[in-house]
Amino acid sequence: MPMLDINDNIKWTSEKEMNPSLMVNAALSAEISIQVKNLVKVYGKDKTIAVDDVSFNVGKGELFGLIGPDGAGKTSIFRMLTTLLLPEGGSATVNGNDVVKDYKKIRKSVGYMPGKFSLYQDLSIEENLNFFATIFGTTLEENYDLIRDIYIQIEPFKKRRAGKLSGGMKQKLALCCALIHKPTVLFLDEPTTGVDPVSRREFWEMLKRLKAQNITILVSTPYMDEANMCDRIALIQKGKILSIDTPAEIINAYPDILYKIKADNIYHLYLHLNEFQYTKSCFAFGEMLHVSFTKNMEEVQSELLNYLNQRGHQNVSMDLVIPTIEDCFIKLLSN
Amino acid sequence: MRTLKFLLQKEFKQIFRDKTIIAMILVMPTIQLLILPLAANYEVKNINLAFTDNDHSAYSQQLISKITSSGYFRLTGYNTSFKESMALIESDQADLVLEIPQDFERNLIRENQQKVFIAVNAINGVKANLGGAYLSTIIQNFNTEIRMELVTPSKSSFIPVIETTNSNWYNTLLNYNIFMVPGILAILVTMIAGFLSALNIVREKEVGTIEQINVTPIKKYHFVLGKLIPFWILGLVVFTIGLTLSRVIYGIVPMGSIPLLYCFVGVYLLAILGFGLLVSTYCETQQQAMFIAFFFVMIFVLMGGLFTSIDSMPEWAKIVSRFNPLSYLIEVMRMVILKGSGFKDIRYHFFIISIFALVLNSWAVWNYRKTS
Repeated sequence: MPMLDINDNIKWTSEKEMNPSLMVNAALSAEISIQVKNLVKVYGKDKTIAVDDVSFNVGKGELFGLIGPDGAGKTSIFRMLTTLLLPEGGSATVNGNDVVKDYKKIRKSVGYMPGKFSLYQDLSIEENLNFFATIFGTTLEENYDLIRDIYIQIEPFKKRRAGKLSGGMKQKLALCCALIHKPTVLFLDEPTTGVDPVSRREFWEMLKRLKAQNITILVSTPYMDEANMCDRIALIQKGKILSIDTPAEIINAYPDILYKIKADNIYHLYLHLNEFQYTKSCFAFGEMLHVSFTKNMEEVQSELLNYLNQRGHQNVSMDLVIPTIEDCFIKLLSN
Repeated sequence: MRTLKFLLQKEFKQIFRDKTIIAMILVMPTIQLLILPLAANYEVKNINLAFTDNDHSAYSQQLISKITSSGYFRLTGYNTSFKESMALIESDQADLVLEIPQDFERNLIRENQQKVFIAVNAINGVKANLGGAYLSTIIQNFNTEIRMELVTPSKSSFIPVIETTNSNWYNTLLNYNIFMVPGILAILVTMIAGFLSALNIVREKEVGTIEQINVTPIKKYHFVLGKLIPFWILGLVVFTIGLTLSRVIYGIVPMGSIPLLYCFVGVYLLAILGFGLLVSTYCETQQQAMFIAFFFVMIFVLMGGLFTSIDSMPEWAKIVSRFNPLSYLIEVMRMVILKGSGFKDIRYHFFIISIFALVLNSWAVWNYRKTS
């Protein structure tokens, strides 16, 4: 069966363009805030590679997202950039300071919010803020403007101990503490994990406001839907970067036409579609299946309907769907 | 300096918010000083004794009444056969059996010598040892008395007898409390300072706060000092409580200079806090830290010379105890409190403990890494 051309409106992305190391962000401002070059991190005696030759640049004032599943190496990258972990290979700079040599300068100028809540649970909101302000040699009043939007939401509870706060409030407090010394770069490691959808949306709104103040933000998340909020994202898996681009470009680069298909028995539909001879890819997406085919729909439609009818599927519905970041991610993984 | 001030402020806030820790610091020394010295008493009393009297003579009665009136023994059996007495030992009702043979009195007078038999239940070594020794002494005394009675002065007007008279210095009445309390106080100070400091940095690791601290420009020594100073002060507070209690309850007034005592404890606390910090830099969880600290403190206590004298330990143990900071504190406490020793007498101890403090703290600071 000869391969047919995919529709004109979908661009083919060649192997060359997909290579992350070549995708240097020419489009972004010349001023680079975070530069990562061939970074490698190896753990333990059995040489588990957590970060494998990772390179990317983040421009000043950019909101850059590291998107990937648990264990992809996101936290390791964060810990190396915040000088908590020494890389095994490669180099990285933050604000032009080397993460190994100039770690003292970096510690003064960055804010870090670890994935796990790590403020003093037995100190109150106010005490935590004042404590972190003092150790950076500043005061709450001095940088109040920067955190005001966030702080006013938790201010009514300022006498409450951090350990007694709800998840969303803890997260806001942690963000305040990371911002209290007016950092130029903000590292947020999975800030929305374990937070309800409303608080998550609020949180991203806050990040947008911070970005407006020209703070560079590197954020990681396992949630694909949050990727769209970033200026640019890097899809990362098993320590390797699969793709770096703006969310729109990544979606644009999706090579196939994607259909969502639904039927009464979704599980059997999944099995049968995987067996169908023109199926290119098929995976579950919510209560739908996202399917692409090796042929144009016009050529394949009748055959497909026949095929499904023969196997007794009821209420089959099919529609075109615009790929999401998740589709792109799955596509990249299968390559 | 400003950073250190705020670190200390934070540390104290956290300590005073933790009700358990405050209770530990205040109640533990009080309770332990009230109970332990009373219980940790080497004197063995109430040794259960069973007699097997095969003689039923005046002398055997005399011996029995002499033994029972000594106050150390409690008569739990008076039998006519050894078998019956042995049954008492087996059923744990007697610790010792004294068997007086048949014709005890007659042979003693006629042949000038007679043997008695002592059977000791050695399951409790201390009781067996001391009980046997007490009993032998009493029998010996009895022996001398009879000798005096029987030997006619005409034969020899002079019997050479060496009599020993003891005079107990520094603790005239051999009061165990006076001997034990300073030692127990030394252990208390070690436990509180050692455990608290060992657990503290680890707690920051476990909760994750150290992550946040590590990305700040806080200097290593600021952080370590911020941890050391609060516990140093707490250690001195515990010591003061203990010293006051031992004066109020046991009437122990230090013979030597109190400032000297505080000076030594101050340096000692630095050493033991250094030990705690060192443990905590090597551990990841509070559980690990607790076990490791417990392991060492246990050895410190058992080999510190409080319960068993270091002088009577085997050579290798003596060498080990030289690396035990607690043994120096116990010794100094006893020297200064009971004997009134001055700085000159304890300068060697001062020197050693200063080295301990220096080595342990430098090691801890060196091992506390902000990057892994």
